[in-house]
Amino acid sequence: MGVFTMPSLGADMESAILVEWLKTAGDTVKRGDIIAVVETDKGAIEIEIFEDGEIANILVEEGKKVPVGAPLANILGTGDAEVEIPVAEGPIEKADVTLPMQPRPAPRPQIADKLAFVRASPAARQFARENKIDLKAIKGSGPEGAIQLVDLQEVGLPPPTRGIDPEAMRRAIAAAMSRSKREIPHYYLTHRMDVSTAQRWLDDYNAERRPPERVLFGALLVKAVASAVHDFPEFNGVYEADGFIPSKAVHAGVAITIRGGGLVAPAIQNADALSLSELMIQMRDLVGRVRRGSFRASELTSSTITVNSLGDRGVEGVFPIIYPPQVAIIGFGKVSLRPWVIEDKIVPCPVLHMTLAADHRVSDGHRGGLFLNAIADQLASPEAL
Amino acid sequence: MTRDELRVIFVEELTGIAPEIEGSMIRDNDNIQKTFDLDSMDIYNLLAALHLRLNIDIPDSDAARLLTLNDALDYLFDTITD
Repeated sequence: MGVFTMPSLGADMESAILVEWLKTAGDTVKRGDIIAVVETDKGAIEIEIFEDGEIANILVEEGKKVPVGAPLANILGTGDAEVEIPVAEGPIEKADVTLPMQPRPAPRPQIADKLAFVRASPAARQFARENKIDLKAIKGSGPEGAIQLVDLQEVGLPPPTRGIDPEAMRRAIAAAMSRSKREIPHYYLTHRMDVSTAQRWLDDYNAERRPPERVLFGALLVKAVASAVHDFPEFNGVYEADGFIPSKAVHAGVAITIRGGGLVAPAIQNADALSLSELMIQMRDLVGRVRRGSFRASELTSSTITVNSLGDRGVEGVFPIIYPPQVAIIGFGKVSLRPWVIEDKIVPCPVLHMTLAADHRVSDGHRGGLFLNAIADQLASPEAL
Repeated sequence: MTRDELRVIFVEELTGIAPEIEGSMIRDNDNIQKTFDLDSMDIYNLLAALHLRLNIDIPDSDAARLLTLNDALDYLFDTITD
């Protein structure tokens, strides 16, 4: 018999609202299954279970605010006999917020649409799918009667619920970054390198591939960091109450901007063990899910090091802030054409500015410099990545 | 395929990648990357989506020719009718 408890989804989280159960008593669950959705400052997050078994009973109703660590459900492990099941106890208070995900009545069908195909914008389709709306019952206001997002919102439904609340997102960033600047003695190192070799290699790699199989420069950067950090364990892990705990696995957090404000840095698990194309597929999946506002709890909390890449619309350099409880973050600026000296000649080269921000309680600048150089070495031999 | 049909396809794929964009917000000569704050992953996804939808290969080096609706329709129309 195991007890499934409210997980901590960040050092700043004290409680969360249990928004929706995705499993009920009697359901069989496997390690890694998403079994509930909780509402935190970071938005609605899917939470996973970490054991195999069967849900014996559910201890918390949907809509309740639950402190971190409080029991949510009893789990019968495989092999457990039927036993007396304790009921919920502890400080579970009624949530004082309106719930975004209560069941709502389906819209009444209007004039029956005889056409099998309903014209609708992709945004409307996505909204309809998420809210279980039958598009055939909706009258569209777009070209040729196409259903647009606004038509669905006019039906009187609340906006999409698994999206990200910008105000809550800002509060979560504020809490994490304030804690970082309060507790972590950062030091910063910067380095510049000519990335013409890496760019040429990637251009050749992509030229032979169809668009969905190509790799972005940003994926190459994550791979270079994940490979280089192997020899520098003092930059990969978490700093807890008892000090630094290095991690054998490299779970690379990737900072992803949310249009309209905010960012999150979910992890690509075991990034060092993935091939470049596997890493690209995972990054693409992660960005897609972040934009739709659906990512897993374990993705938000499992990072052991973070990569922050400004991309081609950014500026030359960035001095990022470590995401606690991690101890290092690598920032990459926009690749810019700059004068560069090669064999006593000044030539225009694509130059990448990279920064390491690291925790001085765990590492020193000398090792940090070697680490940045190791990342540069990885990028100088991209065929090995 | 006509230019108008291509327009519908392009707008559908773009709004599929960035659901917060409505078709009516896309103006013919605006740079979509700047107007809608698209990053390299969004442009990558757009190329991949157009590749699958229209069965055409779009080299990375041509991505810059897809950044306004007008330019994109010119490019796609030329590529398809070639």
